[in-house]
Amino acid sequence: MKSGASEDAGNVDRHWSAMMAAAQTGDRAVYEALLRDCVPHVKRVVRRSGVRPDNVEDVVQEVLLTIHRARQTFDPSRSFTAWLSAIAQRRAIDSLRHQGRKDRRETSDPLFYEAYPDQDTTPEGAWEEERRNQELKEAVADLSPVQREAVESLAIRQLSLGEASVVTGRSKGALKVNLHRALKALRARFDEEG
Amino acid sequence: MSNPERLDAIIHDLGADLAPVRRLRPPLVRAVMWLAFVAALGSVMAAFADLPEIAHRLMGAPDMWLAVLGSSLTAILGAMAVFELSVPDRKPLWALLPVPGLLLWIGASGLGCLRNWIVPYTDDIPAGETRVCFLFIVAVSIPLSVLMIAMVRKACPLRPSLTAAVSGISIAAGAATLLNFFHPYDAAAIDLVVHIIAVGIVVGANQALAGHLLRPLRSGAAWPSLSDARLGGY
Repeated sequence: MKSGASEDAGNVDRHWSAMMAAAQTGDRAVYEALLRDCVPHVKRVVRRSGVRPDNVEDVVQEVLLTIHRARQTFDPSRSFTAWLSAIAQRRAIDSLRHQGRKDRRETSDPLFYEAYPDQDTTPEGAWEEERRNQELKEAVADLSPVQREAVESLAIRQLSLGEASVVTGRSKGALKVNLHRALKALRARFDEEG
Repeated sequence: MSNPERLDAIIHDLGADLAPVRRLRPPLVRAVMWLAFVAALGSVMAAFADLPEIAHRLMGAPDMWLAVLGSSLTAILGAMAVFELSVPDRKPLWALLPVPGLLLWIGASGLGCLRNWIVPYTDDIPAGETRVCFLFIVAVSIPLSVLMIAMVRKACPLRPSLTAAVSGISIAAGAATLLNFFHPYDAAAIDLVVHIIAVGIVVGANQALAGHLLRPLRSGAAWPSLSDARLGGY
């Protein structure tokens, strides 16, 4: 069973080596296919090195860039998997060191925010702000569904037009028009009230 | 952009940037090429040196030719280690390769100092000569460093600082070996101290400068910087 698995790994390695040799000659399609094939292996190596889950994708990016920069150093007579794993492990270590330095520089103290009084806040000001927020929520809730959708995705969640288009299933043009109309309606309502 | 989409975009960009590359020669071949340059520099110097006198001097005391052997071995083994370290899938243990040569070099030079203290008839170095030795090692190290950094940059060392430090040792050892063509004195304590300072400066400068030059460009924490730059610099 184990020898079967190692035989498979050997076949994959030979296949990847051949693909990398083709990439060295400039075969773009093979190169892109190889990079896509490599990503799960790179993620495994990076995770095993102890990189935090939220940093794994960034390290995978660095690994892909290093593969690109180091592609002339690959010798097809040697193992591609070993070459790739060495790069992935090194970039994972670099990331851990970078994270360690960052953690030493920055400290998190949640109590600080609770204990620190905001100089600009007064009891009256806080009440006034809460009232304004409530009015704004009501005004947004009164918008038509398509306008509310545009405000929520573009203004409140701060999605890009492309992302909002994917999330809502509407075209970018329609989202822009709906947001414009929503802002016009809100402006008119607050001008009227003010 | 979600993570899979972002990785897809990166792969697409890297594919668009793909150009045929010439495979690097094996590390040993590249080390021999660098050493050939050092040897060529040595041949030019030999043309201006008093070779019979040098041979007589080196054979006069075993520690002197052992020190030359040590510095030559350090330069050779160091160069081999540097070019091995410049390839991603080589172990960092390669950095230990020049250690035997380094020990021989330091040991034999130390022995020379000891001999000078025990035997008081040995010639002292004239004033000002130590300064010439120092300048020689530092000056000769410059072209050797430029060539080595240029050659190593063509590869992709994953440990730039370690690679740069080993390259500094190899370069300083090469320069110290070449110094023997113009160094008609036995090793003395002051001479050894000057050599150590010069070697230290070469290694330190290499680590600071080459370590920076050999460091790969980072894309930063997020992809957009690279995506925006459309692979500029890669």
